[in-house]
Amino acid sequence: MHALSATHLKKTYGNRVEALKGISLDVAQGDFFALLGPNGAGKSTLIGIASSLVRPSSGDVRIFGKSVVTDRMAAVAHIGLVPQEFNFNQFEKPFEILVNQAGYYGVPRELAKRRAEQYLNQLTLWDKKDVASRTLSGGMKRRLMIARAMMHEPRLLILDEPTAGVDIEIRRSMWTYLTDINRAGTTVILTTHYLEEAENLCRNIAIIDRGTIIEHTGMKQLLGKLDREHFIFDLARPIETLPELGGYRVTRIDELTIEIEVPRGTELNALFGALSGAGIGVRSMRNKTNRLEELFMNLLDDAKGRAA
Amino acid sequence: MSLIAFQTIVIKEVNRILRIWGQTLVPPAITMTLYFLIFGQLVGSRIGEMGGHRYMDFIVPGLVMMSVIQNAYANVVSSFFGSKFGRYVEELLVSPTPNWIILAGYVAGGVMRGMLVGGIVLIVSLLFTDLSIAHPWIMLLSVFVAAVLFSLAGFVNAVYAKKFDDISIIPTFILTPLTYLGGVFYSVNLLPEFWRNVSLANPILYTVNAFRYGVLGESDVNLWVAFAIMIGMTAVLFVFCLHLLRQGVGLRS
Repeated sequence: MHALSATHLKKTYGNRVEALKGISLDVAQGDFFALLGPNGAGKSTLIGIASSLVRPSSGDVRIFGKSVVTDRMAAVAHIGLVPQEFNFNQFEKPFEILVNQAGYYGVPRELAKRRAEQYLNQLTLWDKKDVASRTLSGGMKRRLMIARAMMHEPRLLILDEPTAGVDIEIRRSMWTYLTDINRAGTTVILTTHYLEEAENLCRNIAIIDRGTIIEHTGMKQLLGKLDREHFIFDLARPIETLPELGGYRVTRIDELTIEIEVPRGTELNALFGALSGAGIGVRSMRNKTNRLEELFMNLLDDAKGRAA
Repeated sequence: MSLIAFQTIVIKEVNRILRIWGQTLVPPAITMTLYFLIFGQLVGSRIGEMGGHRYMDFIVPGLVMMSVIQNAYANVVSSFFGSKFGRYVEELLVSPTPNWIILAGYVAGGVMRGMLVGGIVLIVSLLFTDLSIAHPWIMLLSVFVAAVLFSLAGFVNAVYAKKFDDISIIPTFILTPLTYLGGVFYSVNLLPEFWRNVSLANPILYTVNAFRYGVLGESDVNLWVAFAIMIGMTAVLFVFCLHLLRQGVGLRS
């Protein structure tokens, strides 16, 4: 039984926008799953259908075997949702918001209060428990929504761009938290525009583009498809002309920086030998981009090419 | 589980009523004090009797019921529309809370505010008159059924409302005129037959008169007919609200 299983899922909105064109997708129990795609690809529609906020035009989503179409209450009871937009009452206090949310899932009030304390502490919001939630910073509001989603201790946590607009320190602390709850057994589905985030956290991945899944595989398998890497070299001395480096493609960025394309799996010793032979001193080197980002762009380009 | 969800919505609604008491509890007390002072005391002393009672005594039940109706309606329409507008209704919609519990929770909030304000207005009225309650159970039952009925009406308004203007249109252009024409300030028996018959199509007439019977022991309409109409309309609106929630009108896309 999968944590989430979407079958032939279609959604056409009233304005005839076809958001999902019959996608099928499985997420295994215990997985940390990335759902990627450009804006408007259909990610939020898929999450909306899974959480029952959006009705599918056809097809179904099953959560731990329960259909959101025919057995909605049993299905959604397993889900904790962290949406993209802030959707809590900004006039209520964080503690109230958490306790009320637990109540909607049938958690008795005393237990809900204990859990609220636990999750507010875990997400370092305990000292803000009694302030009006509208006064919280953006990062605090995001963490509040994660705490809220955990109040009924769901088996599946779905996060729609949870780290959008938060600073790197908070983002990393959220990564640690999500990794911990995944290790403790909660299945996590994450959409994000930070591809580094998906690469670091997720074991499996699906890429949606214009309502269709264009890739659905393991993160390692996907990264294994990358056949070339680009490195940026900071040079010790300025260069006037581009050197010939025996088969490597070299691009000049400025007089102290060059970019070199290297077939994946190539030993870099030969490249450094060629650089030394050309009299080029290297002060430092780094990957040009996040590897997943490069693949992501390639896949989207391929999909556009097929559609054209 | 459903009971805990219901209890949660009710606690949330009561907290909201108390948090914004300056908007929910104080204005009706001030407005009704002015009504008692101007219509009951100043104008009423020149009118004399209405339906066999002092004019002040006659208008007290109508004004209490008017407060109950307006506040029950206002509470549900503003609270539920606010939750739609702020999107925090999604907290409920993604949860396994059954639709009838969502509806019952918001209606309970409306009933509480309606009855709380009705109680305040009744206490204020004691500054102006010595009321003795003729039929306390009928009084309580009529105010309860009316509060449920107009809470449900407020819920329908909130479901269809897309902007804040939409939640004030019905109270301003429908509810208030129907209340003023529903026998709050006069007995419909004073009207020519045609207008009396027209008045019988106004549901507020039955709520006001059922309550007036509970307080004064007098009514312009048959008590059983009044309760049958109120309960019938409540049942119809309850089913309609559940239908709206099941279809996700204005809530799910």
